[in-house]
Amino acid sequence: MPVIRMPNPLRPYVGGLAEVPVSGKTAGEAMEDLTVQFPELRQHLFKQDGSLRAFVNLFVEGRNIRDLEGLETPLETDTVFSLVPAIAGG
Amino acid sequence: MVQELTRQELLRYSRHLLIPEIGLEGQRRLKTASALVIGTGGLGSPVLLYLAAAGVGHLGVVDHDVVEESNLQRQVIHGSAALGNKKVNSARARLEDLNPHIQVETYPEPFTAANAIEIAQPYDVIIDCSDNFPTRYLTNDLCVLTHKPNIYGAVFRFDGQASVFDARLGPCYRCLFPEPPPPGSVPTCNDAGVMGILPGTIGTIQATEALKILLGIGTSLTGKLLLYNALDMSFEQVILKKNPACKVCGDSPEIRALIDYDDFCGVSAINHADGPGDPAWDITVSQLAAQIKQDKNILLIDVREAHELSISHLDQAKNIPLGELAGRLDELDGSREIVLICRSGTRSRRGLEVLVGAGFTRVRNLQGGINAWAREIDPDLSVY
Repeated sequence: MPVIRMPNPLRPYVGGLAEVPVSGKTAGEAMEDLTVQFPELRQHLFKQDGSLRAFVNLFVEGRNIRDLEGLETPLETDTVFSLVPAIAGG
Repeated sequence: MVQELTRQELLRYSRHLLIPEIGLEGQRRLKTASALVIGTGGLGSPVLLYLAAAGVGHLGVVDHDVVEESNLQRQVIHGSAALGNKKVNSARARLEDLNPHIQVETYPEPFTAANAIEIAQPYDVIIDCSDNFPTRYLTNDLCVLTHKPNIYGAVFRFDGQASVFDARLGPCYRCLFPEPPPPGSVPTCNDAGVMGILPGTIGTIQATEALKILLGIGTSLTGKLLLYNALDMSFEQVILKKNPACKVCGDSPEIRALIDYDDFCGVSAINHADGPGDPAWDITVSQLAAQIKQDKNILLIDVREAHELSISHLDQAKNIPLGELAGRLDELDGSREIVLICRSGTRSRRGLEVLVGAGFTRVRNLQGGINAWAREIDPDLSVY
């Protein structure tokens, strides 16, 4: 199963988990599954039109899905991907 | 112009001189080099300390804040004796003590589109140690437009990010984050907290990158984003690419001069809009104290996390953490006047937006939060 690594700011919405196993053959399906498991996340990650918010990036095996095929980027069963939101603390 | 090192400096930097990649030539380069550090907080502290110790000859420090007690858990350049003093003065004193061979220039003013280009002009590298989105976008655009490397670091609770944004060689901050989050949607360290040692780790990485760039050695984080999680003790590098549609460094950039960054980040909107961000929705602590005295049947909702209540709380307040508020509206009696409370008034303002959005009309935000209550009404309560 693909696994999504959760950044600290989003962990409260997934019961504090550092990693969430998800199902799906594409990045978009995996994110859909994530937001079905944790509905509160949807508004933080997606705009109303279903696109990923501009301050959230999704990296599949170290590469930004915006540089690949976006939400259509295919996933292997053992893909680990990271959600990277903008943070500003200093 | 290459500057010679004095006998005393040769002794001071001897452990650098022993390394072939630095040596005498590198140490001379550092002496003529300059770095501007935006912010002398959690990140700026280690950055400044290590760059000064390493012998970077000219350091600029921008910060308009004063040293507060709650800074000292992580802002290690400042000490208790500096409480209440301007941070730039406190930093300068520490740096001049650490290394009298360097020059420190201070800018005790907000870093804005009006002064950024002039302040940054003399410096080789710019190090973003700020704590807010408007300054981060300003620093990025400034560096793109004036062709300087932007050495980036940011922290949140246990998470850290570091990179080098140099639009001449790779992507910029806007390529990664074209737009900031809406104001209030990402809590600041003031509201969410930060593990004190975390900016120490990230700031030290920023200082390392700055020294490598000034020395012209090694491989920088250009085109890469370093992600650090202190709880898991994990480091991960992801690849960043230039965004051809980037508004400041893309193929047809729209931004050709610095803009209004408060406006871009929506900060001015939340401060002035006629919505829940309007101060008209606020109630001051003295107004609230008077209304409680008159027994106005006010419903106090404390939206902080449960673990914060042991630091300070009002007995009559009901605790509903902000994250749970939208799902627990049925516990609120809309016929009563509701006052939302948090630590400083920021999270309760977001709670206000939730309640107003759900149709509540008799809602107020306690200005300054429970800290203001502790300062002005009940000195037995702790400020944190």
